[in-house]
Amino acid sequence: MALFKTAFNKLKQGLAKTRSGLVSGLRSVLGGRALSAELLSELEAKLIQADVGVATAAKLTQELSDAWKAGKVSQGEQALDYLKQRLAADWPDHDRRLRYAPDGGGPTVILIAGVNGAGKTTSIAKIAKSLRDENKSIVLAACDTFRAAAVEQLEIWSGRLGVEVVKGQQGGDPAAVAFDACEAAVARGADVLIVDTAGRLHTQDSLMRQLTKIKNVCAKKIPGAPHEVILVLDATVGQNAITQAKVFAEAIDVTGIFLAKLDGTARGGIVVAIRDQLGIPVKFIGVGETPDDVEPFEPGRFIEALFAE
Amino acid sequence: MFDSLTDKFSGLFRKLSGRGKITEANVREAMAEVRTALLEADVNYGVVEQFTQRIQEKALGTEVLASLQPGEQMVKIVHDELVDLMGPVDTHLMYVQPGPTVVMMCGLQGSGKTTTCGKLAAYLKKNGKSVTLAAVDLQRPAAVAQLETLAKQVEGDMPGPGQVHFYAEPDKVAEYGKAVGAAVGVARRALDAAKKNGSDVLVLDTAGRLHIDDALMGELRAVNQAVTPHQIYLVTDAMTGQDAVNSAKAFNEQLELDGVILTKFDSDTRGGAALSVKHVTGKPIKFIGTGEKLDAIEEFHPERLASRILGMGDVLSLVEKAQEQVSEEDALALQEKMAKGKMTMDDFLAQLKSVRKMGSMKSLLGMLPGVGQQLKNLDLDEKELNRTEAVIQSMTKKERADVTLLDNSRRRRIARGSGTSTQAVSQVVKGFEMVLKMSKQVSSMGMMDRMKALTGMGQMDPAAMGGGGMPGLPGFGSGKKSTKTQSRFRQRKRKSR
Repeated sequence: MALFKTAFNKLKQGLAKTRSGLVSGLRSVLGGRALSAELLSELEAKLIQADVGVATAAKLTQELSDAWKAGKVSQGEQALDYLKQRLAADWPDHDRRLRYAPDGGGPTVILIAGVNGAGKTTSIAKIAKSLRDENKSIVLAACDTFRAAAVEQLEIWSGRLGVEVVKGQQGGDPAAVAFDACEAAVARGADVLIVDTAGRLHTQDSLMRQLTKIKNVCAKKIPGAPHEVILVLDATVGQNAITQAKVFAEAIDVTGIFLAKLDGTARGGIVVAIRDQLGIPVKFIGVGETPDDVEPFEPGRFIEALFAE
Repeated sequence: MFDSLTDKFSGLFRKLSGRGKITEANVREAMAEVRTALLEADVNYGVVEQFTQRIQEKALGTEVLASLQPGEQMVKIVHDELVDLMGPVDTHLMYVQPGPTVVMMCGLQGSGKTTTCGKLAAYLKKNGKSVTLAAVDLQRPAAVAQLETLAKQVEGDMPGPGQVHFYAEPDKVAEYGKAVGAAVGVARRALDAAKKNGSDVLVLDTAGRLHIDDALMGELRAVNQAVTPHQIYLVTDAMTGQDAVNSAKAFNEQLELDGVILTKFDSDTRGGAALSVKHVTGKPIKFIGTGEKLDAIEEFHPERLASRILGMGDVLSLVEKAQEQVSEEDALALQEKMAKGKMTMDDFLAQLKSVRKMGSMKSLLGMLPGVGQQLKNLDLDEKELNRTEAVIQSMTKKERADVTLLDNSRRRRIARGSGTSTQAVSQVVKGFEMVLKMSKQVSSMGMMDRMKALTGMGQMDPAAMGGGGMPGLPGFGSGKKSTKTQSRFRQRKRKSR
């Protein structure tokens, strides 16, 4: 995938602090040990500590235990491979690719949403950068008219990346900004329109309805839009992310997750539960502060990191 | 907030209280459920293990097994342990003389530092302190502009006698990783500025950073050395999962925190961070952020939260919220009117409005003991209250002073005026009459009886309330037609014939 060429190159160089650095140097709890009831319960604890959730952790451990009893796996490494395969099957490759508008079908619209502080704006900069590096022309829509200086924040990114931004007034109607941005993107023949929205807690009904309105405005202006609806999740988030994903999915049909801030010590295991219960795939992971710090989601490596010591 | 945990606990206690005596096996079974509930609530794995262990030891001691009310005993043990887990906490801010008291905020990216700085400034302003907000976040694009906007909003829109100043050096802002270290000088000069403008408190908004980023953590230590803050707060997202303790521990090791501010408490957080942070770092939670608005910051009270988690309500917070909205004189004046049965529709409207200022009906009712559980599936329609307000506002002054004037013709007019129906108007009138009747009854009680009625509410046993209605709210919403008004209508009808 050309989208991630730069990111892959960077990865190969081996970043000291990012997840890839952690993963390559990690020792797994599963390494070099024979499977036993004790190891299985350690493994379950590890999954819970990675925020996978009690129910999903129990389910995975049970599956592994069954495979063990059936004689399919006996060593720790085999167990890791088993889990990797099992979860990779849940996350097929085509699921993780970006969906574009058909040729000549107008700009591809990517709608970005999430709770406050999840990392939406930085994630937008990352997606915009990698698409720009593929020579796609991009327009950003600054629909976060609520938070102080949110528009300025996006403008600074647009300046640094050299992409256009459509904005409205602080406190104005975000759906109106989306409307203008759609028109601007069509008029300029842009390839991609990325719509930033204000952070909102999924518990706020009226704000969720506002989000639906923004999505509907996009759909009305550009057929088939939005082609991608990305929910940005903070990797440190706990079990309530399942409700987050559920409520956002109900409001705007979320098509994928951007798992941000995976360069810390958090494992982001909640996406396993979300995939399991809601079927929403992870499309990107964010591993740092700069626009280059984005990687495609790789189930195998992700699973390995869950069991890191 | 914390609903899932509350659900689990009440179910558990109900099970235990249903028995006359319980066995060791019962306790162990219950503890396994508590463990799952806490893990599902994002409480740190290690904390859960220790917490359940301690409760089990206590419960298996003679206290519970020998008790005739094992359910109640368990509630008490869990409550005490929860309080212990989160407390003790001194919510008062310490001010130094001479000022300024330096407060430094730090935390991960996106935890809500900048917004919390604004809220803290509003809190200090309300308490008569003048504040300087200093933008020491030179990393995130537009962080300086965000804090400046907030400073202006607090200065212009928020109540209180304190002044709000803003300090920043926008030319020092640079792309990520390129301005590391510059924050030290900015912080130092912000302190000078705060001294000069006579601020009581200087709040430093630092950049979000990962606890494993050595360069940026080093910068934070350097700022710490340069201005030696009197208080250092870690700002943490209440929705954080298992990782909450890792970052809190790392920040605490590097900076010697004074406390934690938990943000986004108005989400459906399960409470994991709130229950884990103190245990792991030894540093208490001082404040919680409870909404998007600048006044949405509250002092943290572990006992109250423990009660709420266990479904026992939080009457104290409710009373405090009420006190913020209604002055004592107003309350006394109204009380007198109520005692004499002279409350008017206008008073009723004013009451309704001040109650609504306190928060949504659901959040208020949730603070009443035993009510939280019943509310889970109840969809309280705030629009109903809008309609009630519209109905009252469509009445003439005379009608508001004396509802007995309201005959069918007037009711039809009011219905049209408020965009409702005559049934809706009648309902409002009915509700008002009921309040009138109840207030007369309460006022006729002696002081002792009233006290009894109140304390009784606070001490209700949550386990016993699972199946009941809403205790303490007798017959609310059932509405009997007042015979007095009916008879007056008849009289009027007769006259008009």
